[in-house]
Amino acid sequence: MADKIFRVNMSDLSTSIEDVPQAWAGLGGRGLTSTIVAAEVPPTCHPLGPNNKLVLAPGLLSGTTAANSGRLSAGAKSPLTGTIKESNAGGSSAQLLARAGCKALIIEGQPKEDKWYSIALTPDSITVSEETALVGKGNYEVAKTLSGKLGGKQGVITIGPAGEMKMASANLSVMDPDGNLRSNGRGGLGAVMGSKKVKYITIDPKDRKVEVADPEAFKTANRAFGKALVDNQVSQTLKTYGTNALVNVINEAGALPTRNFTSGQFDGHDKISGETMYDIIQERGGKPSHNCHAGCVIQCSQVYNDKNKQYKTAGFEYESIWAMGADCCVDDLDDIAEADWLMDDIGIDTIETSVAFGVAMEAGVLQFGDGKTMCQMIKDDIGKGTPLGRILGNGAGSVGRSFGVTRVPVVKNQAIPAYDPRTVKGMAITYATTPMGADHTTGYAVATNILGVGGSLDPLSKDGQVELSRNLQIATAAIDSTGMCLFIAFAALDDPNCLPALIDLINARYGLSLTGDDVTALGKTILKTERAFNQAAGFNNADDRLPEFFYNEPLPPHNLVVDFTGEEIDSFWNF
Amino acid sequence: MKLTIKLFAYFRDNRFVSEVREFPDTTTVGAIIDQLGIDREAVGITMINSRHCKVGTVPVDGDVVAIFPMVGGG
Repeated sequence: MADKIFRVNMSDLSTSIEDVPQAWAGLGGRGLTSTIVAAEVPPTCHPLGPNNKLVLAPGLLSGTTAANSGRLSAGAKSPLTGTIKESNAGGSSAQLLARAGCKALIIEGQPKEDKWYSIALTPDSITVSEETALVGKGNYEVAKTLSGKLGGKQGVITIGPAGEMKMASANLSVMDPDGNLRSNGRGGLGAVMGSKKVKYITIDPKDRKVEVADPEAFKTANRAFGKALVDNQVSQTLKTYGTNALVNVINEAGALPTRNFTSGQFDGHDKISGETMYDIIQERGGKPSHNCHAGCVIQCSQVYNDKNKQYKTAGFEYESIWAMGADCCVDDLDDIAEADWLMDDIGIDTIETSVAFGVAMEAGVLQFGDGKTMCQMIKDDIGKGTPLGRILGNGAGSVGRSFGVTRVPVVKNQAIPAYDPRTVKGMAITYATTPMGADHTTGYAVATNILGVGGSLDPLSKDGQVELSRNLQIATAAIDSTGMCLFIAFAALDDPNCLPALIDLINARYGLSLTGDDVTALGKTILKTERAFNQAAGFNNADDRLPEFFYNEPLPPHNLVVDFTGEEIDSFWNF
Repeated sequence: MKLTIKLFAYFRDNRFVSEVREFPDTTTVGAIIDQLGIDREAVGITMINSRHCKVGTVPVDGDVVAIFPMVGGG
């Protein structure tokens, strides 16, 4: 049976299962969510109103046995940025949606009554039911309750209190194979789901499987692809130290944004580093390696236990640890782990919220380094929706505007993540130009600027950075459409066997004969589609700029500023 | 010359985190890596005073040399 589009209209609670339009047949993941949002969402609509749509799509290879193919794309017009948004997560749902034959799930409209609902999807049905018991509950309780009720093999996508309160940094939480949570973190898509009054979605593929056009060719390609991933040295350090291996590298390079982006190095870096985290995990009987979805061979996730050797958090990422750590000057990993757990439970983006705390600390709302007060404010203010909690929960830009702070690290109102653009100049271009608002994953110039992956380019010079960011953003848009984890890029950039094997996998799955050029063309089309949506929503090249302070406040230790002209930034779009 | 050598990730195992050591004036970063018994093939990033350098670079007295394996994340 061919894949279908599953649609729910929350205005009248009607549902439909539709054939996939020809124009969408070759798309998946980000390529599909952005195409559907661009086709069906009026660019000038209010992101929290009835005309916005939340689109969930597995990637082209999700649901197959292809290694690392379990990433879920969520798309909508973002309430944080006002732009088109694709936000990406691990967990089990992408694979289960694909197995259920769901090419995309589109949630549209808005109920008039003040009632909450859940959505249940199977291969031949999509139903909406009123929900009362789990309304107001945290994500961990929702996941635990539903796992008990439905059995462990079903998928769950849920929002926490932040999404219910329509905070602009609210995320979607996706249950992983262990019943823990992964997040479509960025851009406030949890608020879009909350605006549609949907508390959670369950996915049950029954015994349906994904059909593969050429199983033998698929098996051969998957063997080559998996080998490229496993053999890659970056994959190997990711497995041991997680993404948090980066704290010490980025600090050493002078690019670790510290104390609300006023320094590139943090005195407490070693206390929050991947090396220290690994030792603590071992000491307390946690798991240094863990997969966020079945079939991942990199296993960069981990399980971090508290002092009593009990589960505290999983998927304890560099970006989150940097933001709560260096940017807020908190040097205690247990405080950071507590904050991470609280934010996952409340359902709010750890990057946006922690950068918002950095701005709040500069405003004097709380002191730099005060991790305990940060945790208390996450729980009692954001979690309960006090006026201060809503200011924090609407992101770094919201805190800056509310307290009159001018050093607010955002592009298109989305917080800049863990690489200072004054010292990793390729990231200045990515943050400024990506249609998503500041987002490191869209064009990870850090690889070539700092890590020596895919060649090397001086991070302190602007030479070659526009071209690098352009090539990476085009490739990333394509990878984000496959359902592949972006960390396959570390192998893809350096191992000549990796990318051809990935294209072979897509061809074997669908009986196609795509080439590398087709994949590049797909990436370009996605970026142009997303940009056209933003332009129609009122954005222009003046929005493709970094905040003023990056141009006039030199960052220690290298004491550099962002020195790209507007014309240089705009030349990104010359393709 | 006196150099501060900083090691990261599994390069620290059975070695050290940071040490000040004496080296002959013409010692290259590559020679330091060899002396520490680290496989050059496993080295991903080298920096002197927070700036990337090549393995053939010769540091000067007082420099901080940082040696990393291939790492990633994001």
